[in-house]
Amino acid sequence: MDGLSYDLHAGRTLAVVGESGSGKSVHALSLMRLLPVPPARVTAGEVLYRGRDLLTLPDPEMRRLRGDRLAMIFQEPMTSLNPVMRVGAQISESVVLHKGASAAAARARAVELLRKVGIPAPEKRVDDYPHQFSGGMRQRAMIAMALACDPDVLIADEPTTALDVTIQAQILELMKSLQREFKMALILITHNIGVVAEMADDVVVMYAGRAVEKAPVQDIFKSPKHPYTRALLGSVPSIYLRKDRLASIPGQPPDLAVPFKGCPFAPRCTEALERCRADDPPAFPLAGGRMSNCWLVDSPAAAPR
Amino acid sequence: MSAPLLEVKGLAKHFEVPAETFLGPKRRIAAVDGVSFTVFKGDTFGIVGESGCGKTTLGRTILKLERATAGQVLFEGRDVLALPGGELRRLRRDIQIVFQDPFSSLDPRMTVARILEEPFSIHGILPDRAQRRRRIEQLLDVVGLPKAALERHPHMFSGGQRQRVGIARALALNPKLVVLDEPVSALDVSIQAQVLNLLQDLQKEFSLTYLFIAHDFSVVRHLCNRTAVMYLGRIVEHGETQTLFADPQHPYTEALLSAVPVPDPALEKRRKRILLAGDVPSPLAPPSGCRFHPRCRYARPDCAALDPALAEVRPAHWAACPVAPFADAASAAALIEA
Repeated sequence: MDGLSYDLHAGRTLAVVGESGSGKSVHALSLMRLLPVPPARVTAGEVLYRGRDLLTLPDPEMRRLRGDRLAMIFQEPMTSLNPVMRVGAQISESVVLHKGASAAAARARAVELLRKVGIPAPEKRVDDYPHQFSGGMRQRAMIAMALACDPDVLIADEPTTALDVTIQAQILELMKSLQREFKMALILITHNIGVVAEMADDVVVMYAGRAVEKAPVQDIFKSPKHPYTRALLGSVPSIYLRKDRLASIPGQPPDLAVPFKGCPFAPRCTEALERCRADDPPAFPLAGGRMSNCWLVDSPAAAPR
Repeated sequence: MSAPLLEVKGLAKHFEVPAETFLGPKRRIAAVDGVSFTVFKGDTFGIVGESGCGKTTLGRTILKLERATAGQVLFEGRDVLALPGGELRRLRRDIQIVFQDPFSSLDPRMTVARILEEPFSIHGILPDRAQRRRRIEQLLDVVGLPKAALERHPHMFSGGQRQRVGIARALALNPKLVVLDEPVSALDVSIQAQVLNLLQDLQKEFSLTYLFIAHDFSVVRHLCNRTAVMYLGRIVEHGETQTLFADPQHPYTEALLSAVPVPDPALEKRRKRILLAGDVPSPLAPPSGCRFHPRCRYARPDCAALDPALAEVRPAHWAACPVAPFADAASAAALIEA
């Protein structure tokens, strides 16, 4: 991952979109300081939460924030839930840890949360093990777990990718209504352009470990500024719009272990200039709080930072 | 309309699963439960449904990779399931499959050259080495891989390239029908678009017929001219893709279509969504009557008793719902408020 900046406000949703290997999950894990060190190392930048830099906080303080003020849900609910621990106990673990709740209070909180995320008969299901839940229910349980302490920021890493569309629709509706209720800021990491259109206020498009474009959601879809964003949107089939042919992006993403020169998208870019292959473009700020990491937007009106 | 290439009639595949208790009764899962449809020459026939609906088992049973419990599969008028071994083998040249997972469907110890050679040696076609080699090189070219790929092993390729090898293998013997079982669902969108475009080009070039099995409605909408929707082992609706998507006649199809997120924020904000309650019921104990009735918003009391058959609701459009056309004619298009 390389040089990513954005602001996130309470009650807003930021979608981070990109294909496999674009660095979107690494970005989330580094916010939470969950990457193993070594080999991972945050070499530059800061993550300010209410003005405090999470990256330099002492470990005990970070542990206090994590799971309390900042929560995360993962893609694969089966591998992120502990199979030998009752669902209720996993949900209330953070309430006991962060809020010092009694066993009875923690259990009551777990039941309340399971009800809130739409698990039927929560008084009974609270004592189930994860394998007794269906895929959709496990994802709901994980959301309940993340919400246990009413976090300010929820990071959801591909929360619906493993789910069928009807279950995905349930989970997305649930996340929207919970966000309205708790005024959480949501960072939604996904590769699904449809989910972005449905959920996001702002969008960051990632490619080869960096943000290539950043804009409010309507602008991304209406007037994408980066050729990768344009190509990505063109390659998605829609159930409403019949295209004769999808705009495919030739080639494949670069191998980040191999150093490259110029813009990482240049080899696949149909609009690439001479300059794109030689110099790495900086992030150009644009009107309307937008950003594009592309020489094509380089004009007197948009001078590099 | 052209001649039927594949006719599936009352096809069923039941699996026996171990009893819950040692002496308990054996249980059966009706993964495919009386499915009938016809694929015409040149069609791209989509089979779409959520996990566990039986779409993959259906594909495998048609290819006789699973032994059917009941029913017929007619390929150019001959019953595939009743053919003697030799003739079946001959027929297998005409029907090929591309699997979902490009990582497990290619032998990791074989080079691409050997993978692509295998169909020829199995069927004793093109015994001349030089000719065979030329044909293999031609296949690579057709799917857009360089000649250098021949001496490489599958692990040296990306997912999209592996899927191209799988497609080249399926095309090796000039098949008439290719069963595509979720061929793009493991791929990133930009790579998915490449493979979908390739499939379209190949279909034109070699006049192929596709049976396209997928869970992604947008992909089915894009590629298929006819579509069948499966739920718990049954086809609940099928017809021309265009009409089926514009005006679904089964409540399940309607709900599925409304659940698909659309890559357009303006449209998303205006769209109404039908949320289905709960999960798909276990195929071990499917609901009585119409299998969809516990989750259906139009369900009437008699839906729990009545098991509806597919009925033609308009020319070439079938749905298994007596309540259709529903009272408020809520089509996918009508879901978007003006």
